[in-house]
Amino acid sequence: MDKSIFTQHISAQFNEELEDIVNRAMAMGGLVEQQLADAMAGLAEGDSGKAELVVTRDYQVNAMEVALDEECTYILARRQPTASDLRLVMAVIKTITDLERIGDEAERIGKMALHLLEKDRELHPMADIAALGEYVRRMLHTALDAFARMDTDQAVRTAQMDFSADSQYEEIMRQLLKRMRDDPEAIPRVMDMIWAVRSLERIGDRSRNICEYVIYFVLGKDVRHVSFEQMAEEATGDRR
Amino acid sequence: MKEENKVLTHGVDPAAMRGRSSEKMVLSRETAAMEIKALKLFYGKDMALKGVDLMIPKGRITAFIGPSGCGKSSLLRCMNRMNDLIDSARIEGEVLLHDENIYDKGVDVAELRRRVGMVFQKPNPFPKSIYENVAYGLRLQGVKSRRVLDEVVEKSLRRAALWDEVKDRLNENAFGLSGGQQQRLVIARAIAIEPEVLLLDEPASALDPLATLKIEELMFELKEDYTIAIVTHNMQQAARVSDYTAFMYMGEMVEFADTDTLFTSPGKKQTEDYITGRYG
Repeated sequence: MDKSIFTQHISAQFNEELEDIVNRAMAMGGLVEQQLADAMAGLAEGDSGKAELVVTRDYQVNAMEVALDEECTYILARRQPTASDLRLVMAVIKTITDLERIGDEAERIGKMALHLLEKDRELHPMADIAALGEYVRRMLHTALDAFARMDTDQAVRTAQMDFSADSQYEEIMRQLLKRMRDDPEAIPRVMDMIWAVRSLERIGDRSRNICEYVIYFVLGKDVRHVSFEQMAEEATGDRR
Repeated sequence: MKEENKVLTHGVDPAAMRGRSSEKMVLSRETAAMEIKALKLFYGKDMALKGVDLMIPKGRITAFIGPSGCGKSSLLRCMNRMNDLIDSARIEGEVLLHDENIYDKGVDVAELRRRVGMVFQKPNPFPKSIYENVAYGLRLQGVKSRRVLDEVVEKSLRRAALWDEVKDRLNENAFGLSGGQQQRLVIARAIAIEPEVLLLDEPASALDPLATLKIEELMFELKEDYTIAIVTHNMQQAARVSDYTAFMYMGEMVEFADTDTLFTSPGKKQTEDYITGRYG
């Protein structure tokens, strides 16, 4: 990361505060990533221990969000940050909201995995679901990495990954619908899978959101709710 | 506040997770450097302070804010008996420094002011060299050893973040320094005699924004060793530098709280109106 944003204030304390909220957001991101990996171990490999761990550990993600929100509020009240400092604090506040929701999606996947395992010791996992899980986990990872390194190019590349996540999701849904048609007995189980797959798709969307905050923070450009092409153009166009 | 936080963090390792509120200390006589009890101040018939109760936390920065004439500077001056210099001023109540009322008859006011130092709005260096300004208090105390004086002058100037800027011209007149440097020199002079409490009355209001930030950073460094009380018209400054903030209005202490709380969710509507600019 370009650390200069944390070293150039006359107030050393302010430097520390800004660095601290970024470090804590990254730590929270690391935990959420672990939650997703463990949830997928439950869903794709039938590891009920890990799935349970995800459910019991979700409160830690929530607690991190609450504590970080508090810290950001204090920084706003005390420092009245401006320009890149203000954008950094805003980006952290928004990122941790998405991280907390990704944590919730991971918890839901963990619960669905436990539910499926209860009904049927044989999970009949679908390779495609495991692949989508790994894919969105990588999206989340590279989005956080882009944040830590203030790398807008990587943010754009990560946001682009969301197209593939969406098409993988649609393909899996087609297969699951077919399964339901072919085997009505399996409908309750397939419904659980649909919930989990839907969660994975949402995680991709939220990872893309984080990429948008990176671009906002680094370039001061708001690229929410625009097409990917526009986003890429804004991010790679005129450098400030 | 503390109990609520415990519930919200669900027992997660506080070292990794804590918000700033968990660092607040519990105010008591043990953690207070000074204690003000039912303090009333009269200028002739006018009551400038109407019964103020307050503890000044040790090793922390406490800021006093409030509109002009609210009594914040008067209160600060009561803390090292500066109001003694005003004939019409009269005090009721107590100001305790280590359980001793500084207004008791036997108190040596010069010694009190050594223990409770003060820095004013306008830098007031003496018309002497930079070196002699800092050494002044020690010379008054009868210190003659050149070695001791040299040591204290360097240490104090370093503590005041001024050493690097003046070390090659210690014998030049202090009036040659910029306003911000003069103010840091005055702070160096104040800390050279190792006070326990440092009272700052608008220490940065005559300085430009960068010099102001330097003074603020200096205060943050100094609170490790000293208790600091600062009066400021600049609310943002209070928010930036202080650990605790007292809001005063018309001679009364309206609200005293840790700064995070006072500036994010004050308890009194009057405080809220003032800090959000809805006052008056």
